[in-house]
Amino acid sequence: MAAKKLSLKDKYRLLTRDLSWEPTYRDKKEIFPLEDFEGIKITDWDKWEDPFRLTMDAYWKYQAEKEKKLYAIFDAFAQNNGHLNISDARYLNAIKVFLTGISPLEYSAAQGFMQTGRQFSGQGARIACQMQAIDELRHAQTQIHAMSHFNKYFDGFNEFMHQHQRVWYLSVPKSFFDDARTAGPFEFMVAISFSFEYVLTNLLFVPFMSGAAYNGDMATVTFGFSAQSDEARHMTLGIEVIKFLLEQHEDNVPIVQKWIDKWFWRGVRMLGIVGWMMDYLLPKKVMSWKEAWEVYYEEAGGALFKDLARYGIRPPKYVEVAELEKEHISHQFAFTLYQYTHAAALHITAPTEEEMNWLSEKYPNTFDKYYRPRWEYLREQEAKGERFYNGGLPQLCQTCQIPMVFTDMNDPTQINYRDTHYDGERFHFCSDGCKDIFNDEPEKYIHAWMPAHQIFMGNCGGADLPSVVENYYNIRMGIDNMDYHGSPDEARWKEWKGLRSVEDKLKEAV
Amino acid sequence: MATVAITPDYMGDYQDGVENFHGNQVVYFGWDHHLLFCSPHAFPLPPDMPFAAVMSDVLPGVWGVHPDFPKINWETATWMLNGKPFRPDPAKSLIDNGIDHKSAIRLQTPELTGIAGTGS
Repeated sequence: MAAKKLSLKDKYRLLTRDLSWEPTYRDKKEIFPLEDFEGIKITDWDKWEDPFRLTMDAYWKYQAEKEKKLYAIFDAFAQNNGHLNISDARYLNAIKVFLTGISPLEYSAAQGFMQTGRQFSGQGARIACQMQAIDELRHAQTQIHAMSHFNKYFDGFNEFMHQHQRVWYLSVPKSFFDDARTAGPFEFMVAISFSFEYVLTNLLFVPFMSGAAYNGDMATVTFGFSAQSDEARHMTLGIEVIKFLLEQHEDNVPIVQKWIDKWFWRGVRMLGIVGWMMDYLLPKKVMSWKEAWEVYYEEAGGALFKDLARYGIRPPKYVEVAELEKEHISHQFAFTLYQYTHAAALHITAPTEEEMNWLSEKYPNTFDKYYRPRWEYLREQEAKGERFYNGGLPQLCQTCQIPMVFTDMNDPTQINYRDTHYDGERFHFCSDGCKDIFNDEPEKYIHAWMPAHQIFMGNCGGADLPSVVENYYNIRMGIDNMDYHGSPDEARWKEWKGLRSVEDKLKEAV
Repeated sequence: MATVAITPDYMGDYQDGVENFHGNQVVYFGWDHHLLFCSPHAFPLPPDMPFAAVMSDVLPGVWGVHPDFPKINWETATWMLNGKPFRPDPAKSLIDNGIDHKSAIRLQTPELTGIAGTGS
């Protein structure tokens, strides 16, 4: 007898809700030991609405079709020497930042959703976490594959995972995810699914992918399209999580609000990297960080928090500071990476005259007044053969681990200093937002692995910066690092594009 | 507030105790309104180093490239130590000046306005 074909409804129930069972000989609390300690109260897991409305077999089918198309384009990109069609080899700094800073977070997210999903006694949430974990793993893999083509022709790509674990500025994204993954399961969901995926992800994804499109990088842009439907699902999970938690019990509201405040601020600090990428690393620019912030946060986020007001949720704390900082942070990050490019697997260079004119136009209140004269000075120094590299190590914020580069919005040329005491020790912060996060859970953040301090302790391959860079970061001096001008990446690009100057050719002829 | 944790009385290992710095202590130095340097600097320094050596040996190595640096009048320059006005005694050691582990010191030279007068 042929097996009876299941109705869609039955199949959905069997493949989602029927995979769980009520334990009979062990206590449920033993099986899900992390479900209570954060103080979140779940009265009825059956109220969870599946955000994805997918069964595993349908999920595999959709994903397999996308993979097929994506890898066909990667092959075509490689066969057609796609790296020669990018706008300029300087563009690859953006891709190096993505590969070292963001792709490892996709992997971390995969691990995080696997760990977290295991902890929920509600099977709907478990299935959603499982699917998102697989998505994240796919994103890590496809990003690495998309960018691996450039590794054959340019420097600075080959040690991305090693560098993510060790390099000072990569401790910023790494510590962000480590913080989320060492929190409880509900905080992880509010941190990653809601605050990051739902509220802020468009500020990360859209700029990088449209940046790739504008700059001729078809591999990365195709990855972006292929990930778009996954990202849309992740956003749906984010909004379901927040509504579910808020509807389950009123006692959840202040806990969720605290997490929104914390993860909004941690996200804002980390996204400064994206602002810098948009305003400085793309030879062909898409939009400014300020514009992106206005479209993707102020408009979209404004509407979201109006919607959440009925649950008693208010917009994140310090959002007004973030709104003022939108005219400054990309420049502050750009100067930081410019002067420390000897300690990064990047070739950061000063903006051209044309780029500075674009920045003046996009930042009419701040660029000419505060930042342009500094770039002009740095360009003059470079022209004199005295390209400026910072000779010391930076003081870092204990929470976000970014060098203390942020300034007082009432006095934008003065660095913010904040400190607090805990257990007889002093701790320093870049902002009130980061100080509040520390003060709320100091026992967690005293544990932070601060790159500058670890170098002083002798834990990073040597006492001076060149030893740290070579021995501990695996950055090859003069190959992977230092200014773009004079780098092997630039030399190869010019050779391939026939851009060698008459002067260079004469030198070779002699 | 205490950290919300599954382990009762959770306490992370404090990474940055002074005992981990081989006899040095970490001291941070920032120069107000001189943003050519993106952030204040961190230095591992012996607690018994005289403050005069900071001015003659430590700061010039990092800040000396700034065109304002040679113009600093050390007699009139003012200082902040951990957020409070501070008058260092150059002959005394860091620790005798009250500069302990992870102290943050700010140099203030209001007459020097940075590159092109922009606080850079």
